[in-house]
Amino acid sequence: MTKYSIEQLELIATRIREDIIDMLLHAGSGHSAGPLGLADIFTVLYFDILNHDPKNPDWEERDILLLSNGHCVPVRYAAMAEAGYFKKEELKTLRQFGSRLQGHPERLRLPGLENTSGPLGCGLSQAAGMALGLRLNKMNGRRIYVVMGDGEIDEGNIWEAAMLIPKYKLNSITAILDRNNIQIDGPTEEVMPLEELRRKWESFNWHVIEIDGNNIEAIIDALNMAQTIVEKPVIIIAHTIPGKGVDFMEKDFRWHGIPPNSEQAKLALKELRTLGGKIKSEHQ
Amino acid sequence: MSINEQFNQNLYLVDLLKPLNYEPIRAGFGRGLKKAGLINNNVVAACADLTESTQMNLFKEQFPERFFEIGVAEQNLVTLGSGLAALNKIPFVSSYAAFSPGRNWEQIRTTICLNDRPVKIVGSHAGVSVGPDGATHQMLEDIALMRVLPNMKVFAPADSVEAEKITLAMSSDPKPNYIRLAREKTAIITTEKTPFQIGQGYILTKGGDISLMATGTMSAQALLASELLYKEGIDAEVVHLPTIKPLDEQTILKSAMKTRKVITIEEAQVNGGFGSAVAEVLSENYPVRMKRLGIYDRFGESGSPDQLIKFFKLDSQGIKEQVLSFLKSF
Repeated sequence: MTKYSIEQLELIATRIREDIIDMLLHAGSGHSAGPLGLADIFTVLYFDILNHDPKNPDWEERDILLLSNGHCVPVRYAAMAEAGYFKKEELKTLRQFGSRLQGHPERLRLPGLENTSGPLGCGLSQAAGMALGLRLNKMNGRRIYVVMGDGEIDEGNIWEAAMLIPKYKLNSITAILDRNNIQIDGPTEEVMPLEELRRKWESFNWHVIEIDGNNIEAIIDALNMAQTIVEKPVIIIAHTIPGKGVDFMEKDFRWHGIPPNSEQAKLALKELRTLGGKIKSEHQ
Repeated sequence: MSINEQFNQNLYLVDLLKPLNYEPIRAGFGRGLKKAGLINNNVVAACADLTESTQMNLFKEQFPERFFEIGVAEQNLVTLGSGLAALNKIPFVSSYAAFSPGRNWEQIRTTICLNDRPVKIVGSHAGVSVGPDGATHQMLEDIALMRVLPNMKVFAPADSVEAEKITLAMSSDPKPNYIRLAREKTAIITTEKTPFQIGQGYILTKGGDISLMATGTMSAQALLASELLYKEGIDAEVVHLPTIKPLDEQTILKSAMKTRKVITIEEAQVNGGFGSAVAEVLSENYPVRMKRLGIYDRFGESGSPDQLIKFFKLDSQGIKEQVLSFLKSF
């Protein structure tokens, strides 16, 4: 696989953000904040970490990426199109009748999706089943990545899986928790306090890595480090800024579940197109 | 004339006039699962802290590396199953029906049915014959919950012998499946030679006056009731439908066209259950007078299995009485 520089990855992340805004504008509904906040993580997964082949999505040696919080799927679609799974024009069909890009991801409709999700809390359990399957099939080289939202872990199902994965020492799994502090009804700590998050996962026998989830370098480092830790399953708590890259969307929970209108989209795209420099300066 | 003379000889049923043998239906599942595991390496199993009572222990002992103990976590149980199935495994996941599919229906809907993964959901201890545990554990709504799901097939074996065959059939079916098992010992009416095919209904005994269409534990009771009815001069046809979905519409319609009167019998809520499924087929294709026997929009309660089956008029005597009053009603 081509190795991209940090600068190249940042540019890819910006293109993914632009595509997200475009898609949501065309769709007229959907989630803005989460996908924008996850753009850097999905860039790193698809362009640096995952062992995958966009031309052969069912490749038997591929790594598995599960999106547990299915409502953030625009970021996955945009990353997949950018990686060459399908043509970018198709992004404009998001949420439309007959589209392979369903409002929430359906595995059977689009090659390259590994699960059908939307109802929250299932990804970690699916990862557990897959990791057991990999072990039984003696497919030791393959890894499983599961992206979850922070509001999502209100779900009891997550904690059922969180208990099971260390029990069976399923260290082929790396969980990534998108800690953006918002959910539909407001800030997570008001809706249902999650803290102390690190201690919660540690007490469930997970190894916790905490990073700035909008810092490409930090994401790469954490995902590489996760592969070297075999004693415990690893969860990366990725602190992201919801709506990252679009000033008026950033950190505002009201953008969780709505798309921009055309004026807002214009403004968002204008901001994103100047983002390349902005990210760089933040990292310098 | 001996009751056995009326029986469908091709089905190799047991001799009903001799004392019957009894065994819990779940025991047949346990044997079938072990057999399936021996035939196919991809068969795996997971249980939510009820390994022995769902009879998965036979499989667990034979294939410890292919068995997973999930703990009391039914949502995780089925969702983990969908993950195993993604890696070409054929997971059988078991608990009591009250908890699975009682508690985890949405996970079954999204990660198994919409995702179309061949997970085999095993709901044990269904029906009021669970007995002393009471209403919380007497699952009556599982048939309705499962048969409404696209891609899902639904089975309710009549006895342990048939449960074994259904379990084997499930292990080679590429779709999501649900099998409903009972706790109590149930009369064994089929034999090794009795055929079973997914989607096939079976005429256990032929008759021209009324069709008794039954599933699960009620098929044996229907057969015994038909004998009691025969003594009253009523020639009942007993149709056993171990596959509730897809229903054998042809067999149902053929019998209804002959008798023009249909009674359905199930150890479950009649609302949305097996009787409703038969009613859907009849009302759209060949409406006839019918009555659904089962539980009528209420919960069960504690008691001995026999007491409860009698109380709900689902023993052979109760069924006979309900059939007679149905026949008198027009």
